[in-house]
Amino acid sequence: MTELTSKTIAELRDGFRSGEFTAREIAEEFNAAVAAAKTLNAYTVETPDDALAAAEAADSGKSTGPLAGIPLGIKDLFATKGVDTTAGSRILKGFKPPYESSVSANLRKAGAGMLGKLNMDEFAMGSSNETSAYGPVISPWRRKGSNVGLTPGGSSGGSAAAVAAGIAPGATGTDTGGSIRQPAAFAGISGIKPTYGRCSRWGIVSFASSLDQAGPMAKTVRDCAILLEAMCGFDPKDSTSLDLPVPQWESNLSSDLKGKRVGIPKEYRIDGVPGEINALWDQGIEWLKDAGATPVEISLPHTKYALPTYYIIAPAEASSNLARYDGVRYGLRVEGVKSLDDMYAATRAEGFGAEVKRRIMIGTYVLSAGFYDAYFTKAQKVRALIKQDFRKAFEQCDVILTPTAPSAAFGIGETTDPLAMYLNDVFAVPASLAGLPAMSVPGGLDGQGLPLGLHLIGNELDEQTVLNAGLAIEERAGFTARPEKWW
Amino acid sequence: MSVSTEQVRHIAKLARIAMSDEEIERLAPELNNILGWVEQLGEVDTDGVEPLTAVIDQKLRLRDDVVTEGNIRDDILANAPEAQHGFFAVPKVIE
Repeated sequence: MTELTSKTIAELRDGFRSGEFTAREIAEEFNAAVAAAKTLNAYTVETPDDALAAAEAADSGKSTGPLAGIPLGIKDLFATKGVDTTAGSRILKGFKPPYESSVSANLRKAGAGMLGKLNMDEFAMGSSNETSAYGPVISPWRRKGSNVGLTPGGSSGGSAAAVAAGIAPGATGTDTGGSIRQPAAFAGISGIKPTYGRCSRWGIVSFASSLDQAGPMAKTVRDCAILLEAMCGFDPKDSTSLDLPVPQWESNLSSDLKGKRVGIPKEYRIDGVPGEINALWDQGIEWLKDAGATPVEISLPHTKYALPTYYIIAPAEASSNLARYDGVRYGLRVEGVKSLDDMYAATRAEGFGAEVKRRIMIGTYVLSAGFYDAYFTKAQKVRALIKQDFRKAFEQCDVILTPTAPSAAFGIGETTDPLAMYLNDVFAVPASLAGLPAMSVPGGLDGQGLPLGLHLIGNELDEQTVLNAGLAIEERAGFTARPEKWW
Repeated sequence: MSVSTEQVRHIAKLARIAMSDEEIERLAPELNNILGWVEQLGEVDTDGVEPLTAVIDQKLRLRDDVVTEGNIRDDILANAPEAQHGFFAVPKVIE
């Protein structure tokens, strides 16, 4: 028998239902794999009993949901009742939410158990997992003939590493400006961010509320469809939740793209991107043609302004959202200071890491009196133009294909300049600013043996075309590479 | 525009983050780098463009003004660094 930890969620679900193995066997095998992979630093908290309890409910027939028998990893940004939820930050040390996030509650309702909480960049601010208060996640992938520690990407780096290493069959991620898609690409797995509003934000620690969206990360496109169906749904507790039925993405999966037009944005051919990545992009176009689609060149003229727009809007929203960490209601408090104001300032100085402070400072500045219009209002206007670019593009095409990231995984400690780090999300951020569904699927390995991803952007609410095009690529790429176990 | 160390000190105060002089000296060029880079948005002609307020068109809903949950004071206080007599406790604010 193949190890259960190397199976997809669809295989685990079907094997459990047909009685090939029990949910308990699944949970025990994953629990053991999690316990044996501490070197990767992917989990911040392990919850083997939670996974076992859900398995018990599945085996006894008490839980019959679509995810009965499936244990998952949950990014530490999701509030989990009674289980430490710290968003990778010292300032939330010891915080045990008295409530469950809507997305993780939906997964539980569907029958899933929890293997543990997954490490991440502090408050989801980072592209390498190096900003986590728990230290970086180490990617299970290594360059050929090297044992240099690589980053799994970020901010959902723990989620990506866990799925790639077979210590979770699937995981939740969140994506504000690429935090699902870039790590999925780095780790050779799939990940999708749905249309803004599909997944409830309630109970997810806020970073930039107009951009934050949860989504699944898993080995295959089908697994992503299965998880996404369970995660999405209208939630009156989130004011921007979409009051729409959840489509049956899994049963409507089809890699037949006849009649579909694939937009290739010319502005995404940027300088400094390795030839291998552009070659994979060209290969992706061929794969989609082979699936019946017609490529069309499109123009997204404001692409180059997406990153600077994002680095005004996201820090501005973050500086407001993170004002709540004041040492009064939860988390860290620094004692031994005289006044209330000093307590706030000392607590926030000790509780936040360097990148979070940098973004709070930028955000505070661009929102401050005298600068608000020049920065924040200007950025919201450019954001409107970026949104309009996509609206026009989708008159000419049904889905857009680009690379996911401008490089393969890099080494831990290799990128120290904040601006250079921000450039990781150059291809991912425009879709975030426009609230569009977008997915990364593995396309192949580079010359060093590291995974590269292809990126699909869909029109509003059209996750199905994104998933279908992802499936067409998956079938043709034949990406079966897994990291060799060294941990 | 570039920010001076004095401005950085002021922003840190607004953001309620205690910072040493060294940190402020270090942060000023970093912030200037980032701000210099985002200022390329000045090139974009945005005359007559309405700033985006909702990324996906939708109406904000109103809910009925009724109590939906409550009586969970102790749950809420359980995470407080300091709670007294059923309240959050903070350092003395009035001399």
